[in-house]
Formats: sequence, structure tokens, C-alpha cells
Amino acid sequence: SKPAKAPAEHKQIRKLLIANRGEIACRVMRTAKKMGIQTVAVYSEVDKNQLHVNMADEAFHIGPASSQLSYLKMDKILQVAKASGSQAVHPGYGFLSENTEFAELCKDEGIIFVGPPSSAIRDMGIKSTSKLIMSKANVPIIEGYHGENQSDKHLLQEARKIGFPIMIKAVRGGGGKGMRISHTEEEFIDQLNAAKREAMASFGDEVMLIEKYVDRPRHVEVQIFGDQHGNAVHLFERDCSVQRRHQKIIEESPAPGITQETRAQLGEAAVRAAKAVGYVGAGTVEFVMDQNQKFYFMEMNTRLQVEHPVSEMVTNTDLVEWQLLVAQGEKIPCTQDEIPLNGHAFEARIYAENPDNEFMPGAGPLVHLSAPAQDPTIRVETGVRQGDEVSPYYDPMIAKLVVWGPDRERALKKLNYQLGEYAVVGPDSNISFLRRLSANQSFVSGDVHTGFIPQHYEDLFPSQTTAVDHADACRTALAHHLLGASDMPPSRDPFVSCSAFQMNLVSESTLNLKFDGKDVKVSVKEIERGNYTMSVDGGESHSVTGKLEANANGVNYVVGTVDGVTKRVKVVRVNQRSGTEADCLHMFPTDGQEAVKVEILLPAYLTDADSSSGVGQPIAPLTGTIQKVLVAPGDAVGEGQPLVVMLAMKMEHTIRAPRGGVVESVMCSDGDTVKMKALLVKLNDSEAT
Amino acid sequence: NYLRTSNGIIKMCAYSAMGRERVVPIGSEANSRSDVYQENYDKMLELVTELKTKVSKISMGGDDRARKRHTSKGKLLPRDRIQKLIDPGTAFLEFSQLAGYRLYGDEEVSAGGIISGIGRIAGKECMIVANDATVKGGSYYPITVTKHLRAQDIARENNLPTVYLVDSGGANLPRQAEVFPDRDHFGRIFYNQATMSAAGLSQIAVVMGSCTAGGAYVPAMSDESIIVKRQGTIFLGGPPLVQAATGEIVSAEDLGGADLHCSRSGVTDHYAQDDTHALHLARTVVENLNIKKEVDVCLDDVQDPLYDSKELYGIVGTNLLRVFDVREVIARIVDGSRFDEFKKMYGDTLICGFARIFGMPVGIIGNNGVLFSESALKGTHFIELCCQRKIPLLFLQNITGFMVGREAEAGGIAKDGAKMVTAVACAKVPKITMIIGGSYGAGNYGMCGRAYSPRFLYMWPNARISVMGGEQAATVLATITRDQRNREGKEFTAEEEKKLKDPIIKRFEAEGNPYFASARLWDDGVIDPADSRTVIGLSLSAALNAPISKTRFGVFRM
Repeated sequence: SKPAKAPAEHKQIRKLLIANRGEIACRVMRTAKKMGIQTVAVYSEVDKNQLHVNMADEAFHIGPASSQLSYLKMDKILQVAKASGSQAVHPGYGFLSENTEFAELCKDEGIIFVGPPSSAIRDMGIKSTSKLIMSKANVPIIEGYHGENQSDKHLLQEARKIGFPIMIKAVRGGGGKGMRISHTEEEFIDQLNAAKREAMASFGDEVMLIEKYVDRPRHVEVQIFGDQHGNAVHLFERDCSVQRRHQKIIEESPAPGITQETRAQLGEAAVRAAKAVGYVGAGTVEFVMDQNQKFYFMEMNTRLQVEHPVSEMVTNTDLVEWQLLVAQGEKIPCTQDEIPLNGHAFEARIYAENPDNEFMPGAGPLVHLSAPAQDPTIRVETGVRQGDEVSPYYDPMIAKLVVWGPDRERALKKLNYQLGEYAVVGPDSNISFLRRLSANQSFVSGDVHTGFIPQHYEDLFPSQTTAVDHADACRTALAHHLLGASDMPPSRDPFVSCSAFQMNLVSESTLNLKFDGKDVKVSVKEIERGNYTMSVDGGESHSVTGKLEANANGVNYVVGTVDGVTKRVKVVRVNQRSGTEADCLHMFPTDGQEAVKVEILLPAYLTDADSSSGVGQPIAPLTGTIQKVLVAPGDAVGEGQPLVVMLAMKMEHTIRAPRGGVVESVMCSDGDTVKMKALLVKLNDSEAT
Repeated sequence: NYLRTSNGIIKMCAYSAMGRERVVPIGSEANSRSDVYQENYDKMLELVTELKTKVSKISMGGDDRARKRHTSKGKLLPRDRIQKLIDPGTAFLEFSQLAGYRLYGDEEVSAGGIISGIGRIAGKECMIVANDATVKGGSYYPITVTKHLRAQDIARENNLPTVYLVDSGGANLPRQAEVFPDRDHFGRIFYNQATMSAAGLSQIAVVMGSCTAGGAYVPAMSDESIIVKRQGTIFLGGPPLVQAATGEIVSAEDLGGADLHCSRSGVTDHYAQDDTHALHLARTVVENLNIKKEVDVCLDDVQDPLYDSKELYGIVGTNLLRVFDVREVIARIVDGSRFDEFKKMYGDTLICGFARIFGMPVGIIGNNGVLFSESALKGTHFIELCCQRKIPLLFLQNITGFMVGREAEAGGIAKDGAKMVTAVACAKVPKITMIIGGSYGAGNYGMCGRAYSPRFLYMWPNARISVMGGEQAATVLATITRDQRNREGKEFTAEEEKKLKDPIIKRFEAEGNPYFASARLWDDGVIDPADSRTVIGLSLSAALNAPISKTRFGVFRM
């Protein structure tokens, strides 16, 4: 359908509702405030204390945690827009940002939807339609044949039309089964037959589709902008090739290794694409690019993207400001020629996730959060503060770290360094992984493609068999001692102030640590506070001196000298409120080494359920949902017998009987949400012997 | 004027809230380049090194085999037990490390087979008494009993709860005559437990090994007791005795193990999995004592002295004939080296004045020479002041005695000395004595020797203690002998005189030595002079747990 060109309407936005949460809501509000626009936040029950709520001039509660009932609830959001007197709604990204119905509803209610017309959203949301439009607009697309004529001859003919190499794929295929790549015309029939045989054996179906094959593809996208006056410009390309679980984690602009000619072609193609759909506002045209810098249209995202800051950094623009200006009916503030491409920018997405466990998302309170200091070349986009919770209900992104440098090499060096300044304690984070990634030689040389992580798996996930460095263990023990001393309330009591005085003797103590998963025993002789002789696992003695320094934000650094080598390590201690969990020291070295988590091992009487006279009872290991209760009151159970199966953090956990006994009562039922540490099944006290 | 702490708010006393007067501190920069200083320093360092080497060896307890046997059972060594019992990163004021040193010939009874000291448990200062089973099985030698009783005395005088870490085979049978029958023998331990418990001083026992026969009464007489499973045993008669008496064959565990005592006999209250668990339980017991230290004195902010305490080595040295100004010692002990001297121009061989140590007020009496009548009167006056004001007293003893001679006697030195001795004896404020040089004759009395019940008495390694100097004693004896010979008309040759004098000098030297004294518990420990401030501060802090009572003096002969 031909996009309807609405006459440009000039309507001032005085108050803006941001129908989103997290960093993007905060990001939009910052620009709105700069422009003198009042801001209105909406929030779900669990988000009531989030940063975006605090930042807004007004905030409205719109429902429970589930986004279906809150951030996706169109009528509720429009109701808030009207009640607050907002002239416009900014949808951010995700949630309602590419929802045709919502864009239309806004229009019907006379509220500006900060985004493209609903028609563009609709057209670009349907793959076949978008491809057709782009093809017509002379934007290169991935050719393919998905037809019913399955004869060898016809498929070969189609393959010739598309051009080799060709990917032959079973329609019902998956997991690489029934898939072949034919590099030349000569081998096509052989590969086709092999694919068919395999498909038949695997799925009992041999219907094939063929597509242009792109070897080691890159994901390159172009930021475009349109206005209601028919203007469209591009802000150059971004490379977002390096992905995990089909999600981007590191983005840059401009794309590395691309010729000026390709860059120009990309830009022009993207502008053509924008114009073809009568695009208004910020959008992204995504391309697949092969190793010869040939690119093909993949899809168009009709919203502001997560990674938009890298484009802002290299073009010195504020795209949210542009969005709001354009939404008010104004023209794009500058012409294509006036948009410079200056330097190089990177964005790293800091997620609460565990890279070592297939990037499993995490959640929980951010016990400690310290970010690099910001300046015009370092941006930290975040929606959370220390003490906030990474909610399991939404995207587990903690922040985006965006850096700019005059060229790629310098920008990347800065990114790596600033990642080292980031410290997250609480849920697992991908910071160490991002540091390894940004220091990877192939990444440094710009040799990126979508299969980057699997290709460099061994470099990115080094085996953790290396022994604990004794000096590091000593520094940890030093931090433990110094933090312990600084914790003591100021005291006149000489028993406290003379710390470890022992009559005519040197005070000696032992610290049992779990250092990055490895047990380590550090013997500490205290000569005086800050001056020690230590040995690790009975090894040789080290002279250890040092002190604590706190920066302006109260973040502690331990400056420790071990045998004459001084290092500075940011240190965060997490004291568990529960007596039976080990306190941790999180060490963030400033010498480029990776952060480590060190547990201060607890004595057995706290960790062995038996010994603390309290009888072991099955409890929930994490907050989660009960999937199935396997026992009923009165059942006799043996030690280790499964009692309950629950889902927590997207993982299935089987809760087993910690000892034999008879089920007295079951404290949960299928589908219940239970809190961490909640008692699930009560076993009777008299142990069956 | 309020100091905020994580525990709450401590109100500073009005005295310091108004700010203290500015004064000129005492003391002077040590002339560290002088030969005398250097010689003093080196000699004292030698003594301190010798002390630390000795104590380091003593701190090991029994020999390697005994230690290995002990730890192989999963038991902690007694010093490790104490470390786990006290608050992490706090001081431990240990007493009488040299107890039993060279006391029993070839038998080495390290530290007297028992470790005692004051440590903070859950924020409360407590007396800790720990048997060392690696030393003669933890059995009680006579000195062990003495040290145990001394620890209990300290606990009683200073109002401290006591935690006993019991791991002992009981009385040393071959020496039962020196251990069992007398008043201050084994039985006194339980007498003390009963009467201290009666006085509200908690008695807590942790049974970490055997408690046989009399030893069984330590946990049984305690207010609350803990026992370690398959490790602690309590019985009046052990398996061999039971078999001898009744023919019954029973294992130690079945006879008096943790299971029996926690679930059947009720002799113990808490069941511990191992040493670490037991010590944790002991800490929770102390946490629940509901006691609070309320001091009777005004506290001030703590200031370090202006001078390095190590300089005491060079100032004092080891040659007792060398004179030094005791003010230089005070300057290296007290807060801010501030000493408000009393009667500075009168009786100047005795230095008196007020100072603070770790913020606690203290009246200091130090010797700068022999005591004359005026010095004794000044000392008496000063002690009266401190008792009136309830200020603890610190005696820095370096005294050859009271002045002798016709003039002195005619001046009434005996009655003036008696006044000071009366004042010292009757003073109810906490008294702490540190012998920093000689301690001879009646000077020892006037300066609060052991007989005058100071709460704590420490010696520097250079100190000497005896009724008089060896040389003087020998001369006195030689003079008497010569007079006797003269009366008999016999000759007393120089050779004979030397023969008479030498062994006396030698004996006085040996018996006046601090190691000899400390081995017999005539003091509470030999300390490094550089630790003086710390040791006195810890002792004062402990002493302030007890309320300071009103002093009533005896008759002063006028």
C-alpha cells in the first residue's frame, strides 16, 4: 500500500509520556528535560522505585509486573496520556514501539506517537511485503525461491537466477539437518539430493527452499531519519555483527573495513528504503553483508534502536531531540551534507547474565554498581542504580557503555579500559566477557561476522584451570583484614585499637577463601595494621603491606604491595544478611586483569545443615515458580528423593529431601510463585532411622 | 561533643567537652647518636630479643609430637582456640607466659601448661583460661594451679566473666602434695568458681578434652557449659578407676562423652560438633550475659605519645647504675606525652602527676632516685588525691629503697615511709605496677610490689627484684663476719671475703632476675618496654570493669 503522506502538522509538545522503562526511558527524559518538555513516566508494580520513575516530573502506576498487563497495556497508557495532558507518547524501543495498533490509537486520540506512521510500521513488519517494497525501490535483497515446483530442473533454474553460492534448506529443517551449500552450479544437483535424503530421513519431508548464501555474514545497519516534509537522511552505518543468542552485545559506528564507496552505497540504499515507505522519524535499515562488502536488505526497524548512541557519537547529534522535533512537524535539523562522520564509537551492552552458562540471563539486587566517570567521550546509559533490582520480568540489561575515540583503535582501547572501571556485584554480569571480546585480536583487527563468538570460543572462554596467583590471594587477604578493621566502630578501647596485639608474640590467623571457585588458605601474620607476612597454601612467605583508599563515591580501593609490587584493586565486600551464606569480596583489579569473586569460607557449623541443631528442611534455592509437587502429606521419603520441581531463572530445579522422614505438610502447589529460601515441604521432626 | 559510633552515641564527658588546657608536653628528643644511648639500646634490644625468642618457643606448648598428636584428633591448639574465641582483630592480654620456666629441672612445663589472659569476646572483656594438653597432657603442676588461681583472682578483682577452655588430665599425681591439700591449691579453683558465680561473675566452661576427677568440677561448677562431641569427656573416675573400683568396663565416651552429658546427665548444656563450633557457642553464651562495662572515670580522646616507644631501650638501658629521668619514660607511655606534675619542686626523687593512657585517667608515681622523707610524704599525699578522685594509680618502679643514715632516721624516714606504705596498701583504686629497673627492699613496698596487691604487675627484662642489691647484701654479710672474727681475734682475709661474697652476689643475681621471678608468678609477665603503653592500656581497660570503691586509710603515724 502506498504510504499516505500526511500534511505536516505543527504541534508543540509540552508534555511527553514515555511508555517505557529502564535506560531508554531515562535517555528520552534527559533530552526532553533539556528541551523544556515535561515528562511523564508509567510504571509497573515492581518498578515503582526505578530510576525512570524518579526522573520523571510525574509518574503513573499502570499495572502489575507482567508487561502484558502494564507496559503493553495500550488503553491504560493512553488513559494516562490524556489524564496527564501529554501531547505525545514516546514508545522507546521494544514494548509498543513497533505496534501498528497503538500508533493508530494514538492518532485517533489526537496524541502524537513519536515514531513513523502506522502504515510504515505495518509494511515493514511483514517480511515479504518489506522485501517487495525494497526490491521495487532498488534496494538489494536476498533472493530466494520458496515455491512449490520442487523439480531438480526448476530449482537449478531458480538457483542460477539468484546466483551462486546457494543455500539449499529443507522447509521443515532445523539444526543444520537437511541443509547444504552449493558453491557452484556443477555441484548443485548432488548437494540438492544429499539435502533431500537427509531431510527425508530426519523429517520425512523433502520440500526444499533455496536462498542466496552469504558466507561469514556481517550485520551492518544504517541509521536513517525522515520527516513529515518528505526529507530523509542517513547517519551512516553501524556494525552489530558480534551477537550471542541472536542478540547484539557490542556495536560500533562506522563499520570497520568498509570502503567509502560501500559506505556511500549503504547510505543511499537506506535513504531510498526510507523514502519508499514514506518514513518519518528514526529508523534503521538492516543489511546482511558478505565478505566482499556486498550487502542485502534484511529488515527495517521502525524505532529508535538500543545502539543509537554510537551514531550520535560519530555524528554529534541527539537523535531523541530529532525525534521530538520531527514529531512536532519540524524539518530534520540538517541536510545530508551537514552530517559529519567524525571518529569512531563503540557501545558495549552490560547485561546481568552468565556468559559461562550460555549467557543465561540473571536477576536480583545490584549490591554494588560503580560505573566509569562520564565525559563527552564516555557515556553510561542506564536505568538502574546501586541497590536497584534487575527484574526477572524485563530485559536484564544493566547499562550501555558508549565510548568515542578519534579512530577505531583508540576508541576500542578506551572501551576496554572503561569496562575495567565497571564493577557490578549482585547478579552475574558479562563485563569480563566483554573485556575479553574487546581485547580479542580478531575483533581488534575488525574481522567480525555473526559467527564470531563460536569461531573464537576458546579465546573468549579460556579454561579456568590456572592456579590462583599467590600475590592476588595475598591482596585479597589484605583487603579482608583492612576492611574488617575499618568496620570496627571508632573505639577508645585499647583491645580494639591495638588490633592484633599479642604479648611478646606475632599475631597469626588463617583465612579460608574460595578464590574464583578454588579453595585457598592464607596464613596471615600481623606485624602491625597494614603490615603483614602471608603465605598461601603453606607456600613461601610474602611481605604484604597496604592501605584502603575510598574514592569520592565511597568505593574502596585496596592499594596492596606484595613483595615490592604495588597494585590498586577496587574491592567490594558483600556481607550476607543470612548467617549461613559466605560473605564475598569482589576484587576489580585496575591493571587489566579480570575481576574475581572471593568467598570467605564459613566454618562447617554454619554450612552443614546437621550441625546447627536446626533440622534440614527443603527450601527454594531461588525465587521461582513451582512446576510440580511430587509428594503429599503422609508420604515417607528417603534422603535425596525429589519433592518438588520448580522453575527459577529459566532453569528447572529439583528440590530433594535433605534427609529421610515423613512429609508433614506441603507448603506450595503447582504454579505458585515462591520466594528464595521459602520452605516448600515440611518434613516431620522425628527422623526415620 | 558527641561521638557517633555504629553502636549508638557515646556522650563525651563534660571535662573534655570544654576542651583541655594547652600545656607543654614532657619529654625530650632522645639523643640517639650518643654512645650511652646506643649501648643502652643495643643491650636492651638484646634482652627483648631473648625474651621474644623464649616466649616464641614457650608459645609452641609441647613438643612437635605432642602437638601433632593433638591436632591429628581434629583438636585446635590452645592458642588457636583463643584466637577463635576472641573478637577477630582484637588484642589478647596474656599473663605469665614464663610461668614454670626452668622450675622443674628437666621437665619443661611451657607457660605452666595453661594459658591465661584477658580478651574481648562479643565486645566484653573476659578472662580466658585454657589448658594446654600438649604440655604434660594438660595436667596441673603446682605452678599450673598458681597460674589458674591468679587468673581467677584477676577476674574477681576486675569483675570479669571467665571462660575455661578445659583440656586437662587433672592434678599431677606425683606432685599431689604440692597441688592438693593447701588453701591455695587445686580445690581453690572450684571455691573461686562458686564464689565468683555468687558475685555475678559468669563462669563458662568449654570441655574440649578430658575433665577427670577434680577437673570434672570445672564444667560442673560453671554457670553454662559446652562440650565437644567425641572429644570432651567429664567423669569423676575414668575408665581405669571404674574398672579398679567396680570391675565395670566402659569406654571414655560412654562414661562421660558429649552425648551422655548433653542428653542424659545434664552436666553440659551445649553440644558442639568440633572445637570451632564449641568456641562459636561460647561466644554466643557471652553475648547473652547481659553485662555492660560502666566505667567510673571520665574518658577522653586517645592520643599517641609524641615519642617513639622504642626509644625507651636507649633511654633506660640495662645498666641499673645508670640514672635516667623517669619523665622520659612517662613521655613515651601517656597520651600526647602530657603529664600534669604534682609538687614538682618538693621531694623530687619521687615523680607524681596526672596523665591519660588511651583516654583513661591515671595517676603516675615514678622513681627518680632514693626515697627521702619528703618524697614519701609527697607520694602519700598524691595517693590520697587519687583515691579521693578515684583515679587509677600507675607505679613505675625503679627504686633502691628509702634513705638510710643517721640524719634520715632522725628525720623519721621510718614513719614517713610507713605513711606511704599505708597509703599504697589501703588505696582501693586500681593499681598497676611496672618494674622498669631495680626493685629493692622497702622501696618495693612503697612502690606497690606484689604484696600490695596491684591489679597487674609487669616487669621489663632489665629489671631486678630482691630485698637488696647482691653487692650490698654480700657487703653486709662480709661486714658482720669480719666483726665476728674481730671479736674472736681472728683474721678475715680478702680471699675469705671474696669466697663469702661471690656466691651471694651470684645467687642474688640469679634470683633477682625477671625470668626467675616470672617463672614463680611473682609478677604477671615480663614485657617488651616498647609495649608498655599497650599493656598498661589493656590492663587499665580491664581494671575499669570493676567499680572503684571508696578508700579508707589506716592510721598514719604523724
